[in-house]
Amino acid sequence: MTIKTMAEYAASGETPEVLFWVGCAGSFDQRAQKITKAFATILDKAGVRFAILGKEENCTGDPARRAGNEFIFQMMAQNNIQVLNGYGVQKIVTACPHCFNIIRNEYPELGGNYEVLHHTTFLQQLIDAGKIRLTDASSFKGKKITYHDSCYLGRANNIYEAPRKVLEALDAELVEMKRCRSKGLCCGAGGAQMFKEEEKGDTRINFERGREAVATGASVIAANCPFCMTMLTDGVKEQGKEDSVQVLDIAEIVARQLGD
Amino acid sequence: MHLVQQLLFVIAFAAAVYLFTRKAREIRRNILLGRDVQPYDNPAQRWRNVLLLAFGQKKMFRNPLVAVLHFFVYAGFLIINIEILEIILDGVFGTHRLFAPLLDGLYPVLIGCFEILAVLVLSGCAIFLVRRNFLKLKRFIGHDLDGWPRSDANYILITEIVLMVLFLTMNTADLVLQSRGADHYVAAGPFWISGMLTPILSGLSDGSLVALERGCWWLHILGVLAFLNYLPYSKHLHIILAFPNAYYADLRPKGKMENMPAIQKEVQSMLNPEQATNDTAVEGIPKFGAKDIQDLTWKNLLDAYSCTECGRCTAACPANITGKKLSPRKIMMDTRDRAEEIGRVINKQGTFQEDGKALLRDYISEEELRACTTCNACVQECPVSINPLHIILQLRRHLVMEESSAPAEWNMMFSNIENNMAPWKFAPDDRDQWATGN
Repeated sequence: MTIKTMAEYAASGETPEVLFWVGCAGSFDQRAQKITKAFATILDKAGVRFAILGKEENCTGDPARRAGNEFIFQMMAQNNIQVLNGYGVQKIVTACPHCFNIIRNEYPELGGNYEVLHHTTFLQQLIDAGKIRLTDASSFKGKKITYHDSCYLGRANNIYEAPRKVLEALDAELVEMKRCRSKGLCCGAGGAQMFKEEEKGDTRINFERGREAVATGASVIAANCPFCMTMLTDGVKEQGKEDSVQVLDIAEIVARQLGD
Repeated sequence: MHLVQQLLFVIAFAAAVYLFTRKAREIRRNILLGRDVQPYDNPAQRWRNVLLLAFGQKKMFRNPLVAVLHFFVYAGFLIINIEILEIILDGVFGTHRLFAPLLDGLYPVLIGCFEILAVLVLSGCAIFLVRRNFLKLKRFIGHDLDGWPRSDANYILITEIVLMVLFLTMNTADLVLQSRGADHYVAAGPFWISGMLTPILSGLSDGSLVALERGCWWLHILGVLAFLNYLPYSKHLHIILAFPNAYYADLRPKGKMENMPAIQKEVQSMLNPEQATNDTAVEGIPKFGAKDIQDLTWKNLLDAYSCTECGRCTAACPANITGKKLSPRKIMMDTRDRAEEIGRVINKQGTFQEDGKALLRDYISEEELRACTTCNACVQECPVSINPLHIILQLRRHLVMEESSAPAEWNMMFSNIENNMAPWKFAPDDRDQWATGN
């Protein structure tokens, strides 16, 4: 699989169907890179002509803005918008709900207007359109999966069903945590918490969520966000369940089930 | 004698209305201390929110049992106020049950309905009292409520119970007097609930019954007028402000943060100096973020006055659940307390003069603000469309941009983004390494 950049598409005078916005975690974080690769593999198998920005992609500015630093956010956002508009990008898919939220909701008033999809919605569309087929010999068949709603996909953008529909296509048993959908408990990473130590408290937020997720008895915790991924993985470890409970992104789960 | 009563009534009523109006205008003035925003787009959706969220109490139904009880209390309290109209007219004109002859057969049905509602309000409030004081629900025993707020909640419930008992007692005494054909007591019954209670009072003499009926009538209406004037000082103000607050609620996706056009422009002219206009100069030095309530929007302040301190936000807050200091409810209570404090300064001095205090630090600490994960659970849970997150984020903007006050790790993250275009210290050239595999 070769992954082309927008620059390469532009050089050959072609336009891709969609830009895959990888995001910083997806680009640099070793665990999140696996999600990125899984999603790229799915796009490739489904025959989606996609591009990445490669080195031209910058942080969206999300953690800076939420921490209170509007200057850095504006610098990142305006640079990104300049690049995106320069390539005439129309449609963006991203595997990070923070990138998704900020490009979808906060870039338009700075002049960046695109159709923005989170990868779980994109996957659901691919499945619905029959562009990807999941094998019948599902390794998730009969297994208990619990799904963790990320705040920036769920409450922030009201997307609760698309990821669940993707999971339902696996023939697995979807078990819900008590706090799910609009009542979902945060993993603890949002609002730039990912980049600092938690404030003093009785426990960590990801420990609380990890405990709740493990208590469902699920052997897989499905995530949709690279930051939730880090947090939940640590939460599961804290429960001593890292050998029996896997935390996987929905893209990784789908990638493992790809039929020919 | 009648004339004296009428006069006293008119004086009491006028005083109550005057005092309430004065305090209401003061609150309006305090709310308008906030900076201007224009939440007026899409009126159709806004009215739908008023219907669903305020009238329909849609979010209360996330917990159906409590919602039904709350709905009884709310609907009962509102509808019984129709009866207040008759009481006021009777008070002014010295009549008794003015509507009875006008409505004829409908009258006992109407009063019967009010009585049923009164019983529902009464039992609802009694259950709420028990629940609030004995069931040890986390959001009711939280320290945010220590002192006045906890008493406030109990005063409200007890007052409503007392008012309903007075209303029912008044009707019962009235019915007994009616059945005895007492002078002045027109036959307006039977009433459904008080009709069942008459045996309790049937042993009393006419004189005692009249005294009881009059006493209850006066205490009830004076209680209602006093309660009206208690509202603006209490969390119970939500019964009024929930409606405008639902109308002005943000219609955009919750994930969207407010833009800062001044900074947008500044960065724009930095990135494209050729497009720079010099109109930024005339605007003076803009303030970034919020330090005090005047820097917040008037919607934030309306939020603060609409808060009834139920604590659904705090119960859902991941930071609070895990023992951090942050409590979204406290953010709202602090904002209201500070607005009231500034209001008192204005009352005294005519205009606001720096009092050496601010919402930030004197009320809300940095530690609280730093604990927020911006997860929007508080915004989601609020039954009256309050957005504590918006306030938190504005205060954070002030901390970082006006005071350069941020944890060291955040400063590191800022400089990483600035220099490496990612929040971690990775080489920008490695951004596509996952794809090339080198």
